[in-house]
Amino acid sequence: MTAGEAWRLPAREIARRVRAGSLAPEAAAEAGFAGPAARWERDVHALLAAEPAAWRAAARAARRDGPLSGVPVVVKDNLCTVDQPTTCGSRILEGWRSPYDATVVRRLREAGAVVVGKGNMDEFAMGSSTEFSAFGPTRNPHDLSRVPGGSSGGPAAAVAYGLVPVALGSDTGGSVRQPAAFCGVYGLKPTYGRLSRWGLVAFGSSLDQVGIFARHVGDLAEVFATLAGPDPYDASARPGRAPDVSGWHDGVRGLRFGWPENLWREGVEPALVAALARAAEALERAGAVRVPLEFLPGDVAVAAYYLLATAEASSNLARFDGVRYGLRKASGELSELYARTRGEGFGPEVRRRILLGTYALSAGYHDQYYERAQRARSRIVAEHRAAFGRCDLLLLPAVPTLPFRLGEKTDDPLAMYLSDVFTLGANLAGIPGLTVPMGLASGGLPVSVQLLGPADAEPRLLRAARALELDGDPAGRPADEEREPAWPGGVAR
Amino acid sequence: MSAAGWEAVIGLECHVQLRTRTKMFCGCPAAFGERPNTNVCPVCLGLPGALPRANAAAVAAALRLGLALGSDVRAESVFARKHYFYPDMPKNYQISQYDRPLCAGGALPLGEGGSAHAVALTRIHLEEDAGKSFHPERHGDRRLSRVDFNRAGVPLLELVTEPVLRGPEPCAAFLTALRRLVRWLGISDGDMEKGQLRCDANVSVRRPGARSLGTKTELKNLNSIKGVEKGVRAEIARQCALLEAGGRVEQATLLYDAERDRLAVMRTKEQAHDYRYFPDPDLPVLRVGAAEREAARAALPELPWAREARFRGALGLPAYDAAVLTESRELADYLERAAPAGQAKLASNWLMTEVLRVLRERDWDVDAWAARVPPERFADFLARVAARELPGPVAKQVFAWLADEPGTVAELLERHDVRVAADDATLRPLVRAVLDEHAAAAAQVISGEEKPFGFLVGQAMKLAGGRAVPEVLRRLLREELAARSPRP
Repeated sequence: MTAGEAWRLPAREIARRVRAGSLAPEAAAEAGFAGPAARWERDVHALLAAEPAAWRAAARAARRDGPLSGVPVVVKDNLCTVDQPTTCGSRILEGWRSPYDATVVRRLREAGAVVVGKGNMDEFAMGSSTEFSAFGPTRNPHDLSRVPGGSSGGPAAAVAYGLVPVALGSDTGGSVRQPAAFCGVYGLKPTYGRLSRWGLVAFGSSLDQVGIFARHVGDLAEVFATLAGPDPYDASARPGRAPDVSGWHDGVRGLRFGWPENLWREGVEPALVAALARAAEALERAGAVRVPLEFLPGDVAVAAYYLLATAEASSNLARFDGVRYGLRKASGELSELYARTRGEGFGPEVRRRILLGTYALSAGYHDQYYERAQRARSRIVAEHRAAFGRCDLLLLPAVPTLPFRLGEKTDDPLAMYLSDVFTLGANLAGIPGLTVPMGLASGGLPVSVQLLGPADAEPRLLRAARALELDGDPAGRPADEEREPAWPGGVAR
Repeated sequence: MSAAGWEAVIGLECHVQLRTRTKMFCGCPAAFGERPNTNVCPVCLGLPGALPRANAAAVAAALRLGLALGSDVRAESVFARKHYFYPDMPKNYQISQYDRPLCAGGALPLGEGGSAHAVALTRIHLEEDAGKSFHPERHGDRRLSRVDFNRAGVPLLELVTEPVLRGPEPCAAFLTALRRLVRWLGISDGDMEKGQLRCDANVSVRRPGARSLGTKTELKNLNSIKGVEKGVRAEIARQCALLEAGGRVEQATLLYDAERDRLAVMRTKEQAHDYRYFPDPDLPVLRVGAAEREAARAALPELPWAREARFRGALGLPAYDAAVLTESRELADYLERAAPAGQAKLASNWLMTEVLRVLRERDWDVDAWAARVPPERFADFLARVAARELPGPVAKQVFAWLADEPGTVAELLERHDVRVAADDATLRPLVRAVLDEHAAAAAQVISGEEKPFGFLVGQAMKLAGGRAVPEVLRRLLREELAARSPRP
């Protein structure tokens, strides 16, 4: 089987063929770079590093009998890899190579997957459009004049146009679920601590979680099962066994989904409201029960989030100082070494957030900002717990708008921050969230919905997503039945 | 010292480097003296993506110290980040504990047997050490600083006293007692010169009886117990002179230069750091359960001040002996195992004079000595001395052999062909010869003057080549003198 024939296959199908000996891992990886793929990448710029020598060696070394054997994967550039650079989309880490693999990267490799490249991102995961990458923006495969979302825009776009079937991102306030919505793919942010953060370059440590992009629910479940579980290298990892997601295709009969209609009475794109209605009807057709309820609006969460995330970021990014690694603007004076390295190494959004976070933690403001935000966070946690007392999961928008145009919001940080209004609650509450693509709107842009569940509800989220993947077909079709995603440009296999 | 009419108020902040196998938040060896930047990993170098994990052995050590000092060990404590930029601090924040430390309160007993008084503690918490900077080297026209990260991440305990010390001497006494305790508990080597025990002092002065505290300064760079004493003394004098002259003390951090006995301002209040503490989200709340705490309490050894009191009470040792012998747990243990029943003072004398001299001369520790002279062997030696079987010079000779040769005391005597003269048949002719030779002295003793008796004993011992048992000589001398005295 050739690289061309492997192009856009689901991950489980690639692994099946590699295990059967009919597909070589090298060919599966090659499929993302040869033929039509090459043109896509030139236009989209989903990748930062994709060193052929590195991924070819990785493909040759990949085990042939693993659950993800030969599956090419893009990982966001804030996940450490030994064989390709890790820059976090920042000049300050340009060319830096990690001496160790992130735990999630190691687990991918142990399962037989092949890391082919590093996904573009907003610098240090700060942004919602991937325009704040120091190495140029990524474009939305569905409309090259629009952004793919962010901060994990590169991995999302790579999965959307078919470079790879699955990718890893990170989600601090929606950085997996929002680009998944903009690019029309599945994006899962698991429960906080369920996937190890060892080797994920920290942004907001109490919010950060590695997330997974896929074009098929089954692929999502497979990758989640491969990565999830405790890690002695991450003291904040969730203890205990990961929930079993092997029943991802078991249907949703009797499942109660919350319907917080108050959230989208205004300010949400009509095409997205329509997608919510379609999703609710599909879930009901599959046997789930709608539970109308009121839910806490997102504005409190936005304020709390931007204080806590920036406070933690100002601390986490202190280590980039030009002393031990990365960019170094040498100078006679120590203070000048710091000022020049950090001033020139960090882009404008990162500098803005470091300043905000430093301010929020400063003596005299600590109580007014950081402590108050912590109290708000407690309230948000309680609000989610109360909601999940009445339903098994929540159905709500992932984003308030369709993908916006490049440059549209780069000068308006607040407008950019508000694109996270539906996603960052899950990070504050530490609960899992999943963006489910719902096809294309009339203009050809992807629409989506979001599912939220209580901690460890990943199996439930995947079952609901599968029901939507089958458009509410109550028959509960077999797990190996794939549905073609909405490919950009109408290009079908 | 303090000028008349002023009272010094001092609080100490001590850092104890823990002697754990690995660092506080990673698996790197916490060893010293390795090649620079070899005991390092992504965690202690602060590489992107690396995460800390708390060292259980360091927590256990902190628990031991807290329990020994009677602190309230908190069931839940929190690691926090303390921010400041410095090249030897890999993350540009230090993981420490802030508003929820592991231990609160407690006191370190000072003085004889711990009865005199105790220094109240504010808190004890765990944190990580920084790397080591070396400034600056000249390379052509460039100045170059170097950083060694081997020490970065080594576990530290910070112990803060209440402002209850009233002068330089109590500060030194406190540090001496703390050093003894951390060594006693086996949690640190406590060597100030090696930075294993460090101390900053907060110093202020006020009028005696005043309720409020004066403006304080913080003294750093106090790297010996003597240095703490001298630095604190210099600062008290400086503040008193300032106030006497009608000036004001400015809040500042000062560096003490021990060689020149001088203080220099490092930073003023305006330049003080804002550490921007917040709970470290990478580390869960540190939990110490009641079972764990009580097990640690049960595993504590008898503490040095209790041991010292027992040495004075039950063993009847003088205060000085008890203090010296409880300077280290090994020495105190050795004394207890080597002293024959009722002979603690004899054992103490030999340990404090002869054994400690050998340790100094050979640069040995007590364990090195005990490896060659196990306490049972020394007990045999002491028992023979106590039974007056070994004359003084012979005892000294046998002692000298103990450290270098194997065998019991009897075997040593046999090997070196030393026969101790204790029988009348051997010694009576000697005694008679001495009395004949020193008839005048003998006559004096007979006439009731006791002074020359010692001389006669000495002469007899000399004649016996130092191998006679003095008690036998004394008895024989008395008998012979009595025989020569005119009948009443």
